Amino acid sequence: MRIELHNLSKSFGTTHVLVGVNLDITFDHTLALVGPSGGGKSTLLRLLAGLDVPDSGSIRVDGVEIGSSESALRIYRREIGVVFQAYNLFPHLTALQNVILPLIHVHGLASEQAETRARAVLNRFQLSDHSGKQPGQLSGGQRQRVAIARALAIDPKFLLLDEPTSALDPEMTAEVLDVIAELRESGKPLVLVTHEMGFARHTADLVAFVAGGKIPEHGPGEAFFESPSSPEVRRFLEKILKY
Amino acid sequence: MEAFFERPQKPARAWARWLTVFALAVLYSLACWFAFSTTAGNWGLVWNYRVTFLNGWLLTIGVSAAALVLSTLIGVLAAIARRSSFLPLRYSAAFYIETIRGLPLIVLVLAGFYGVANALHWDDRISAGIVILSLFSGAYISEIIRAGVESIGRTQWDSARAIGLTTVQTYRFVVFPQVLRQSLPPLAGQFSSIIKDSSLLSIIGITELTFSAQQIASATYSTLACYLPLGICYLLLTVPISLWTKWLEKRVRFES
Repeated sequence: MRIELHNLSKSFGTTHVLVGVNLDITFDHTLALVGPSGGGKSTLLRLLAGLDVPDSGSIRVDGVEIGSSESALRIYRREIGVVFQAYNLFPHLTALQNVILPLIHVHGLASEQAETRARAVLNRFQLSDHSGKQPGQLSGGQRQRVAIARALAIDPKFLLLDEPTSALDPEMTAEVLDVIAELRESGKPLVLVTHEMGFARHTADLVAFVAGGKIPEHGPGEAFFESPSSPEVRRFLEKILKY
Repeated sequence: MEAFFERPQKPARAWARWLTVFALAVLYSLACWFAFSTTAGNWGLVWNYRVTFLNGWLLTIGVSAAALVLSTLIGVLAAIARRSSFLPLRYSAAFYIETIRGLPLIVLVLAGFYGVANALHWDDRISAGIVILSLFSGAYISEIIRAGVESIGRTQWDSARAIGLTTVQTYRFVVFPQVLRQSLPPLAGQFSSIIKDSSLLSIIGITELTFSAQQIASATYSTLACYLPLGICYLLLTVPISLWTKWLEKRVRFES
């Protein structure tokens, strides 16, 4: 997967979240976006997901520029899977119905076909026993796994995950990270915003450091953590690896 | 004094509750009897008009049910318009809601019927009455719906957009099912209000329950014998709805 950012800027009111970001990276499987809170990671992911439009600059994914009109973005969004921090699922629908909804109403599958595919994906993540439950009856970890299943069921080109474990306790975090690590085998590229440095180090092919609305450094996982070249990254890693 | 302010530590015993209810029922009945036994008068005479009464009651139910359907429709459309990004639509909806909520229903009924409906040569009192009542109630329903829609978090909208749903699909599959479940208790309460408010349609000569009672009262010269059953007939409709509303509220609380 190749991501090219050209002079990308985004502000909310007077807050400049991304300031003229330039990047051209290619990776096989996992790109981890790390950095301090408020540094612009999630905003960058929302732009990549086609949920927000940049104020200026452009994004090209695998050589194709993301449009800026809502109708172009909707077509773009259909082909990617997104998982947020929490509350991804629709609480009035069961796990199975959550997975089926986009299959039928966005991708035009017949209902039997959609159900077969949804059950297969839930089965893959050991969620078969929970397919008839509503999100309120599931644990946080199970909810995020259903959310990942829903994102994968549409057979997306790639997956975007925005701090998928930040609302979970450590045990559930491990359960969800296991699933994400397992996605490696499926060969779908994924971009992950995370605070789990150990996880980023072990699974990410490429780590990009987003801070102060810029990307001062990016590089292969091991090298990024072993020998960071920019002072910002060194300070950041010192701070979070202190304890 | 303390018994008045202090909250009980544990619920009262069943026999104490039943005994209290029974004693109060006897006490209040006796009080009513002494107060009204001399003036209540002509129950037999009023009984002759029972068909008029029943017809009025049925018309009240019919008008209220029709107004409920129409006002829900108006309320949903106004709530969506209130959130529209198309400014003329948004401001029109805001103007409608604020104006109606600032007016007493009786003013709306008088101005709507003798002003607007007459100018349009709309002479059918019942349909005009239903529309006026629906416009009134619709403003309140739109606020109920709007509160429900606003309680749906941003992540739900994001999730819906992320999986590629259109705005219309998002409302249909994600927002409204959740809003409906949440808004059902206040909507049921609003239905009760519609039934009570429909009594004001008597002033434009719709022969609903209150109008019928007034007519019988002036024909028989026995007011209490007419107005007491009138009140009971409204309570027969509103008390079950109120109980149903409480039950719905409890159910929604358990689910969330």
